[in-house]
Amino acid sequence: MLGIAINIVYLMLSLALLFAFIRLTRGPSLADRVVALELIASVVVGYVGVHAIDTGVSSFLDVAIVISLTAFLAAIGFARFLERGGLKDE
Amino acid sequence: MSEIFVSILLLAGASFMVLAAIGIVRLPDLPTRMHASTKAGAMGAILTMAGVALHFSDSAVAARAIAFIVFILLTAPIAAHVIGRAGYFTGISLWSGTTKDELRERYDPDTHKLYSGLETETERPISHNSKDASD
Repeated sequence: MLGIAINIVYLMLSLALLFAFIRLTRGPSLADRVVALELIASVVVGYVGVHAIDTGVSSFLDVAIVISLTAFLAAIGFARFLERGGLKDE
Repeated sequence: MSEIFVSILLLAGASFMVLAAIGIVRLPDLPTRMHASTKAGAMGAILTMAGVALHFSDSAVAARAIAFIVFILLTAPIAAHVIGRAGYFTGISLWSGTTKDELRERYDPDTHKLYSGLETETERPISHNSKDASD
């Protein structure tokens, strides 16, 4: 039961990662790409959580926390870069 | 029994992630894409972490999962706000079907000054007062 659900969840998360990657490559402005990167980070956090259940190693939760923290800091940094005269038009 | 609940939580979380990803591909401009991705993505991560906490049923793991959920709830709105603000400042084009943009006539992108639209009403009583004082 749980094994089947975990496999389905892996498949759905891969689909979400693919869609977010499409937006990351196509996005017309840099802000769109930052939004896509943030979504990719939260999808990867979902991967890590499911993998923690799959393997039974609870230490993967720390990895999820660190990924989420770096994604937040990256979003803040990109926003500062955009506001302080970064790439206006691509 | 708990396996069923964990499976439901994981599937719900992954469904929210897929919804967020579909929204980020299909929606037309930056604010609507953020509307899809930030809220649904955070909800997906929260549901996945709730599934992890339920599966391990260990107090240390549950504490870390709850700390993670609180962290997501604190940081997701801040990141969305900051990116949307930066996107608006850099002059992204809104969707052609946008019906209301209240900042457009009140915000000056060159000086970063935001007008409230009530400047004339507040200036009038001040000028009256100064006239009264001079009289």
